[in-house]
Amino acid sequence: MSTLEISGLRAEVDGKEILRGIDLTVRSGEVHAVMGPNGAGKSTLSAVVMGRPGYTVTGGSVTLDGVDMLALSTWERAVAGLHLIMQYPTEVPGVALSDVLGEALHYRGRDANGLRDLLRDEADRIGFDHKFLDRPLNVDLSGGEKKRNETLQLAVLRPRIAILDELDSGLDIDALRDCSRRVEELSNDATQPLGVLAITHYSRLLNELRPDHVHILAKGQIVTSGGPELAAVLESDGYAAFVEEEEPAETASSALDDLFRM
Amino acid sequence: MPALLDVQLPSPDTEIWRYSRIEELNLSRYEIGAATPSVANGTEFVTFGADQAGRPTSPDVFADLNAEHMSAATIDVPAGVDVAEPIVLVHTAVDGAAEFPRTTIRLGANARCTVIERFTSAAGAQAFVSPLLSIDAGAGSSLTYLAVNDVDESSWQIGHQLVDAGRDASVSLSTITLGGYYTRVRTEVSSREPGSSIRQVALYFAAGDQMHDFRVIQNHIAPHTSSDLLFKGAVQDTARSVYTGLISIGEDAKGTSANQTNRNLTLSEGAWAESVPNLDIRNNDVRCSHASTVGPIDAEQRYYLESRGLPPVVAERLVVLGFFDEVLAQLPEGDIVNEVRARVASKLSLGGVQ
Repeated sequence: MSTLEISGLRAEVDGKEILRGIDLTVRSGEVHAVMGPNGAGKSTLSAVVMGRPGYTVTGGSVTLDGVDMLALSTWERAVAGLHLIMQYPTEVPGVALSDVLGEALHYRGRDANGLRDLLRDEADRIGFDHKFLDRPLNVDLSGGEKKRNETLQLAVLRPRIAILDELDSGLDIDALRDCSRRVEELSNDATQPLGVLAITHYSRLLNELRPDHVHILAKGQIVTSGGPELAAVLESDGYAAFVEEEEPAETASSALDDLFRM
Repeated sequence: MPALLDVQLPSPDTEIWRYSRIEELNLSRYEIGAATPSVANGTEFVTFGADQAGRPTSPDVFADLNAEHMSAATIDVPAGVDVAEPIVLVHTAVDGAAEFPRTTIRLGANARCTVIERFTSAAGAQAFVSPLLSIDAGAGSSLTYLAVNDVDESSWQIGHQLVDAGRDASVSLSTITLGGYYTRVRTEVSSREPGSSIRQVALYFAAGDQMHDFRVIQNHIAPHTSSDLLFKGAVQDTARSVYTGLISIGEDAKGTSANQTNRNLTLSEGAWAESVPNLDIRNNDVRCSHASTVGPIDAEQRYYLESRGLPPVVAERLVVLGFFDEVLAQLPEGDIVNEVRARVASKLSLGGVQ
C-alpha cells in the first residue's frame, strides 16, 4: 500500500502565488477528486507534484511513502511511482509509443519482453486502435484518442499513484466512459490498487470514476472536503457556495456557466 | 604527386562563401590522389575513366579542379532497364590526399536505378575531398540517389551536385552528412522539361568543431514540374551549420509546385545554425512554400517523456532521433537507416541546453 502525502504545499509561477497551502493524502485504492473553478490552481497542483519546470515551490512537502518527491527530478518521481495524465498530451514527432514505454519499463527495472502483447491487450480494453501503437506519440490523434493513449500508458506502467489532470477535457462521451472506467478498474485492482487524484472542473468524469473523497479547490486552497455527495452539490449549485468572493476577472469568465453545459 | 599550389581560392567576402571556412583552407597541404571507388552491384553499368561528354559548366574553382584531376566513374543505365540492386560506390580518402571523385549517372528513357555513394576515410585522415556528381535523368526515368558523408572530422569535403531531370522523370536525392571538419555541398537541381518531380532530403549532424554548409538551388525552367526539399540538421558543442536555399522559378515555369523546409536543432549553448531560404519567382501560376526553424529541443516534448520515467538524456535522444525520423523514413535502404540512426545516437552528448 502506498501513500501520497501533500502537506502545506505552496507554489508560485512568475512570482505569483498560485498554491497557498494544499493538504491532501491519497492512499492506494482511493479515488480523490479535486474540483474547482478555472484559475483555482488545479493544473498548477498537478504540475508541481510532477515537477514541471517553471514552478517554484515556496513551502510544504510532497512525499510518496515517505520519500521526498520535491527533491527528485520528474523522471525519478515517475519511476518512484507517480504518474501524470496530462490535460494536453504533447505530440512527439518520430517517437513511437512502444519505444517510449519500452524505455519507461527499462528504467523501472521491469522486463519489456511482454510489452507488445500487453500493449495490444490494454489497447483493446479501452478501444484504442492498434495502428496507433507504432505511430509517433500523439501526433495527429484526436482529443479522445490522446486521452485513450494516456490511459493506456497508465495501465501499462502501473504506477502507485496517478494524477489525472482534466482527463475529461477534449473527450467525447464514449472515450470518457472507456478511460474513466479503466482508471476505476485499476483503483479496484486486487493486488495493486491504484491511488487516484483526479483533478477536474466537471463532475461528468465522476460518473464512471467514483470518488471516495471530493475536495473543492479555490484560490489555491482546499476550501471544503467531503464524500461523493459534494460532487452532486456542485452539479446542481455550481461553485458559488464554496467560493467566498470571486475576483472580478474570474466572475466574468464563463467558468461557472460551463458547469451547466454538460 | 604534385601539390595544389597555384590555386586561387574564393574570397570569404563573396556572398556564396559567406559563413564558410574557406579562408582556413590550405590546399598546399595535400597531394593529388587518384583513388578509385569500390563498386558493389550493377558493375556492368559502371565504367571508369574520364568522360567529358557534355558536362558540366563549372560553377567554381573546385569544379575546375575536379575537371582537371578527376577520378571518374560513370553509371549508364540504358533506356527501359530496371536495375534491381542499389549500385554502391565507396570512396575512401587517404591521409594527405586531395581527391576529386567524379560520378556521372545517366538514365535512359524509363530506366530505373538506385545509387548509393559513400564518402569515408581512415580514422584520423586529413584529406581534401572535392566530389562532383552529375545526374542526367532521361524522360520517364526514376533515380534514387543517396550520398553518405562520413569522412574523418579533420578532413575537408567541398562538393557539387548537378541534377537535370528530363520529361516526367522522377529523382530522389538524399544526403546524410556526419563527417568532415568542413563539409560543403552545393546542389543545383534543374527541371528543364515538363512533368519532372525532384525530391530532396538531407540529414546533417555536426559536433565538436565541425561545420556543415549547404547551398541548394531548386531551378524550375519548364512548366508543370515539382520539387520538394526537406533538410533537417543538428549542431552540438561548438559546431556550426548553414543552409542556404533558393527556389528559382522562371518565366516559362507555369504550374510549378516547389517547397523547401529546413529545420535545425541546436543541442548546445555554443552551437550555431543558420537557415536562409530564398524565393525567386517570375510567374504567377505557382504553388510555393518555404519554412525554416532553428532552436533547441522542445521543452514540452522532453518533459512529456520525462514524466513517463525516462531520464533526460534518454528523452532527448528519443526526441532528436524522432526529429530525424522524417528524413530517415525516406532513405532507400533499411540497413542504412539503422546504421545512421545508431551513428547519430552515439554521436549525441546530451544535457547541454535547457
